[in-house]
Amino acid sequence: MLDSLFIYRRFLAVSLRAQMQYKASFLMQLGGRLIITAGEFMAILVLFDRFDSLIGWNVYQVAFIYGVVNISFAVADAMTTGFDLFGDMVKTGDFDRILIRPRSTALQLAGQELTLRRISRLTPGLVALTWAAMNLDLNWTFANASLLMVSVAGGASLFAGLIVLQATLAFWTTETLEMMNTLTYGGVETTQYPINIYRPWFRNFFTFGIPLATVSYFPALAIMGTPDPLGTPLWFQYTAPAIGIAFLIGSLQVWRIGVRHYLSTGS
Amino acid sequence: MISYWAIVSARFRSLLQYRSAALAGLVTQIVWGMIRVMIFQAFYSSTNAEQPMDGSDVETYIWLGQAFLAALPWNIDTDLRSLIRSGGIGYELIRPVDLYSYWLSRALSWRTAPMLMRAIPLLIFAFVVMGMSPPVSWAAAAAFFVSMCAAILLSSAITTFLNVTMLWTITGDGVTQMTFGLVLIFSGMLVPLPLYPDWSQPIINAMPFRGLVDTPYRLYLGHIPVSEFAGVLTHQLVWILAFIVAGRIAMARALRRVVVQGG
Amino acid sequence: MLSIIWIAYRISFRFAARFRSSTVSVCALYDCVPHTRWQTADVDLSLTRHLKLAVGCFRAFGPSNPHGYHVMSQIIIEDLIKQFRVSERDAGMWGAIRGIVKRRYHTINALDGVSFSIEPGELVGYIGPNGAGKSTTVKVMSGILVPDAGRCEILGRVPWRNRTEHVGRIGVVFGQRTQLWWDLPVIESFDLLRDIYRIPRNEYARNRDEFIAVLNIEACLDVPVRQLSLGQRMRCDLAAALLHSPDILFLDEPTIGMDAVSKLAFREFIKQFNQKRGTTVILTTHDMDDIEVICDRVMIINDGKIVSDGTLDELRRRVTLERRLVVELVDNVSEHTIHPLANLASRDGKRIHIQFDPHQISAADLIAHVTSQNQVQDLFVENPPIEETIARIYEDQAT
Repeated sequence: MLDSLFIYRRFLAVSLRAQMQYKASFLMQLGGRLIITAGEFMAILVLFDRFDSLIGWNVYQVAFIYGVVNISFAVADAMTTGFDLFGDMVKTGDFDRILIRPRSTALQLAGQELTLRRISRLTPGLVALTWAAMNLDLNWTFANASLLMVSVAGGASLFAGLIVLQATLAFWTTETLEMMNTLTYGGVETTQYPINIYRPWFRNFFTFGIPLATVSYFPALAIMGTPDPLGTPLWFQYTAPAIGIAFLIGSLQVWRIGVRHYLSTGS
Repeated sequence: MISYWAIVSARFRSLLQYRSAALAGLVTQIVWGMIRVMIFQAFYSSTNAEQPMDGSDVETYIWLGQAFLAALPWNIDTDLRSLIRSGGIGYELIRPVDLYSYWLSRALSWRTAPMLMRAIPLLIFAFVVMGMSPPVSWAAAAAFFVSMCAAILLSSAITTFLNVTMLWTITGDGVTQMTFGLVLIFSGMLVPLPLYPDWSQPIINAMPFRGLVDTPYRLYLGHIPVSEFAGVLTHQLVWILAFIVAGRIAMARALRRVVVQGG
Repeated sequence: MLSIIWIAYRISFRFAARFRSSTVSVCALYDCVPHTRWQTADVDLSLTRHLKLAVGCFRAFGPSNPHGYHVMSQIIIEDLIKQFRVSERDAGMWGAIRGIVKRRYHTINALDGVSFSIEPGELVGYIGPNGAGKSTTVKVMSGILVPDAGRCEILGRVPWRNRTEHVGRIGVVFGQRTQLWWDLPVIESFDLLRDIYRIPRNEYARNRDEFIAVLNIEACLDVPVRQLSLGQRMRCDLAAALLHSPDILFLDEPTIGMDAVSKLAFREFIKQFNQKRGTTVILTTHDMDDIEVICDRVMIINDGKIVSDGTLDELRRRVTLERRLVVELVDNVSEHTIHPLANLASRDGKRIHIQFDPHQISAADLIAHVTSQNQVQDLFVENPPIEETIARIYEDQAT
């Protein structure tokens, strides 16, 4: 375990050094991403400027949830770049190179690349969260602070699990897997607003199907001290983030099945 | 023109090869549209105040945006990129055609083929299932059609300009992403432009990006009356011309550099 | 006591490396110790390693050895079968549309009952036309492809069952693509591989310094891989594949596209490395010079079956006994006499090529005859080019 962490750190250091070789391109991409993600946050501000409230939620509460979700996704997205590029690796046969090294494939892919520019999403997330926290008059108990941490960790795990699952599909099909983006990017888009604004079937899908709401919306309610319009108990709001971690563990098991399938088809 | 159709047809064929990609794209766009529609419905249900745009108009605006998403200048021509990376661009100069026109044709096909594949089924779905409203009048429909063609041409001119910048930056990713960020915000894809604060309207309307999304969609909705059609079309055409001229100048400079370096 | 066995063991191995074919029992012993690495004499081995070696010795020679003195090879392949399903697509617009609805498949027998075994320290060439099953076999042996049926045991393990343990003991060089990190200086790739393979520091330093010197890659070390020439890159790739002192080295078309100087250096290194460390080398290539220079043994695969397995000489003998006498005459005369049991293959000015079968007439007799009949300036006997031999085997298979 420690050894794996060590090698993961080594991979990341190497990846960062490699990215720094194209500084101009890197800075431009970072700038571009910042514009896009800042634009998304700005859209929320624009809409609240027009409409004042969102079915009872004020702009700070929405910004808080937006912050938690985007920070989680930024972390997951940056850490799983290797899985994101995995479809191409299978097509070009570069996955064989991973297989002939004596380390677990998931570890090698996770360490393949830590794409710094994807962290750009972190900036508006952090800005939104800080801005919201300053205006919401929150009660920063130890329990709440650690719940925020766990919530971000659970969210990152859940998103990472989704991306791993998406990559796993590439073992069976060479088609583009754009559809899965509905779950990842669509999930971010959905859960950065309070989940109760959606129609019940849709809200249930992102609570029970792909449990993204459990790692953002519910814990955020507990931290803000806002009672849930949907009526979930407080203990559930505190324990919900664990589902994200369980999801990641499950996804890695499916990944293993995928690797086994690849070994027998070699495609 | 013949070469343009050859490129479009080749692009169609390569797109058709991917069995489920087309379907997947369709599903993605539909889900995306539904999320956005629900968010806007929630906002509209929270207020009784008069808004610059009707709730149902916003829904139609969103569905149009999903249908024609692929027509936005959101990526660069990867074939040209590998050509530039490998240095094969030198051979392009030997072709007996005007290089800029050739690149513009490519960009046009690059924008039209994937868009058509998605737009038609998605519009049918939005009409039948989601209750999207048709154009307000035949005149509005005609104005929308012309303005949409202009939007695609504008998108292609921007794409070609991005492709030309690759002659300097090689990867082109950075410039493209920055441009696309601006496109998202100022075209109306993220939030329909009339909903932006009133003080920002003159600035947003002067920018080129509204010509990609907002102008044709609002003609469709009758939000811009047909009597103003000439004015908004001129706005689109002026920006198309501006991007073509800028692209030509940039390309001429870049190629002179390539020739001088002997690369 | 233990060290005595160790010394005996090591000496016998060095002996084995020199007289490979005659030291079967030592090879067998070696295989009873699957976890040890072959080291040169100056390595300080840990106590546990000594113990393992000692146990290995007892298992090989002691009365409790369940195999008796049975010989177990390093690589055992038996009746390997592998089929692939390939989708077919019709040409044109209509075909593309139809492909969306329905796809047709056909089956390819990539491996159709392949069997062979390889002893430690062998240098094996593995050749065959494109699509014959070469790389499929190599993939199976490197643990990245599971066969449909058959047995594959390497260093006592089934490659795909214990992938990480298995690949930690082999080295692989693909000629087409690099194993190194594209944007990193070579030396950083080496350092990263040290951590990935958990190579002990002193072993790593020794191997690295040795390879840098012998492969002459000092100048490449601080250069990002993408800026290296192909020859430089392949030399660095070779070093990278050997840093962890693998027991077996797979080379998949390593010399493809290389310049002549790099090729010669590459071959020389492989040969010397094999002699020094006793590493088994399996080489697939289309370059017959690689085979002639490097390999003791050649296996030919065609249509998923091994069609020939033996030394280069055996291979030649199997296909044809024909040899050639090349004679250079003093004058450019039109009249010349050759022996009735030999034929004129070709004539090129003063030089004539004579075909003969050494069973019908010995080379000495033919030379005596030719020199007595003609004014000869120079002459030599040669084998027919290896390419011709191989091509003839492929043809025999086809008919």
